[in-house]
Amino acid sequence: MTVANAPVLVSGVAESSPQHPITEPASSPRRRALSGLAKYLGLAPFTIYVVIFLGIPTVLAIVTGFFAEDGSFTFANIAGLADPLVLSTFASSFWVSAITAIIGSVVGALVCYALLGTRAGGALRSFIDSASSVLAQFGGVMLAFAFIAAIGGQSLLVLWLKDTIGFDIYADGVWLYQPAGLLVVYTYFQVPLMIITFLPALEGLKTQWAEANATLGGTRFTYWTKIAFPVLAPSFFGSLLLLFANAFSSYATAAALVSQGSPIVPLQIRAALVSETVLGRENMAGALALGMVVVMVIVMWGYSVLQGRTSRWQK
Amino acid sequence: MNPSKTTRWLILGVVGVVFAFPIFAMIEFTFRDGLSGGHTLDHWTGLFTEDAARTYRNLFTGIGNSLLLAVVTVGIVLVVLLPTMILVHLQFPKLKRVLEFVCIIPITVPAIVLVVGLAPVYSVVVQVAGGSIWTLAFAYGITVLPYAYRAIQANLDAVDVVTLSEAGRTLSANWGRVLWHVLLPNLKRGVLAASFISVAVVLGEFTIASLLNRVNLQTALLQVGQSDPYVAIIFALLALLFAFVLLLSIGRLGRTRRTGSES
Repeated sequence: MTVANAPVLVSGVAESSPQHPITEPASSPRRRALSGLAKYLGLAPFTIYVVIFLGIPTVLAIVTGFFAEDGSFTFANIAGLADPLVLSTFASSFWVSAITAIIGSVVGALVCYALLGTRAGGALRSFIDSASSVLAQFGGVMLAFAFIAAIGGQSLLVLWLKDTIGFDIYADGVWLYQPAGLLVVYTYFQVPLMIITFLPALEGLKTQWAEANATLGGTRFTYWTKIAFPVLAPSFFGSLLLLFANAFSSYATAAALVSQGSPIVPLQIRAALVSETVLGRENMAGALALGMVVVMVIVMWGYSVLQGRTSRWQK
Repeated sequence: MNPSKTTRWLILGVVGVVFAFPIFAMIEFTFRDGLSGGHTLDHWTGLFTEDAARTYRNLFTGIGNSLLLAVVTVGIVLVVLLPTMILVHLQFPKLKRVLEFVCIIPITVPAIVLVVGLAPVYSVVVQVAGGSIWTLAFAYGITVLPYAYRAIQANLDAVDVVTLSEAGRTLSANWGRVLWHVLLPNLKRGVLAASFISVAVVLGEFTIASLLNRVNLQTALLQVGQSDPYVAIIFALLALLFAFVLLLSIGRLGRTRRTGSES
């Protein structure tokens, strides 16, 4: 076959599907190109991989909570979720996630606003994009180190505040290694995540809308309250939920920072996995994991609903 | 309705300073001379002494393990995820939503939950494939799934893969040729971005390695941090710099494409 044959073949395709010669996939010969069995076999590696390393672990994590150590079915672990200690752990996980998500989304949205009108490919933007991607990923051990160096008991800032104005941020005890410290540290990766997720939405605001607002005698204030905010709201609250999920599921930072006890759920899962005797109940890790998944599913469902609304304006 | 110059630089300035501060604090910390308040280069020069390789043996093991894991994880993305995404795009358009759903599950099922179920799975993996560190990459392939998926999918959506592969087939190329000579060159940007973000995620991973008792960069950093915080922070800084360069180059990939000879 030579290049000269190509137009004939292409016109052949066009004849068989006169309405949508290119975009309609069902009518093209390429469907017949791979034999039926071969193309289904092509899906096998990924399917097997995902079943073994995502499907089975997820099911195991959720289901183990329903079994006792000897393999018999029980609701004891699930009932253990109602234990006051466990409930208060879920509560502090909730508050740490909610507060850092709110601070992160507001500050992040302000940064996005500040970036409006800068050139998308410019040096400032690509620097902030990359820095945000790194810092949003910058959880864990390294982040804990950064904050011990920055506002730990021996840090320059803390010593300087104490020496110059006599202000001791740790006068009531060193809160950095407690849930209060997590608020400060988590905010550090929440803001960059907000910048990454919210900036595309803010850029979707069309200049025509501002022009229409001006033509109809609107002010800057009416533009933001009547046009921009309603359009951006689903995306903003969607990002807020994503930030909440991000903090709620974060483990490494807390593991490296919190010195005593298990004040948040992921640390409680660690305690259950490592000691196996937390609260005197086996397989408690599974029950805690189930509790986390329930919260995550609700939050991510809300996120996808809001995402659906967002995409309406991003055509 | 863009912000005024003053507003823009006020916001960026304040947030920038606050966010740069912990990084500078880390840098300052690596030059500290104990608790004396003075500064010294000893912690940096100490890395180049003959003893360093022995003193920080665990740390270097962790770095080696993490680099190996990064390579194997990228391999999984390229060999398992990428062909599947192309296949679904070309042959099973109806499965696109299913694939997307599967690929973002790891966001909803975070590592700390997954690890509860991974522990029993890995006790089988160890029996089948041995306890070598590289097997951990199977779990990391799942961790990076949402990031790698998004990077590749963005590229798939931007290129008319269907027409390209039809053109290739029309010109009598077999599927292997189409994949290698037509599709991959067009998907280079997405594939590179997916690989880079996977490397960055793997180098930062702590949860799974720590709870399955494996040694990687992050678990080693935490361990070293207890005896020699200066060296731990030096390596944390280097890892951070490396990740920043990786992600900055993803941004540059996007730009060279726009200005390049696409037409």
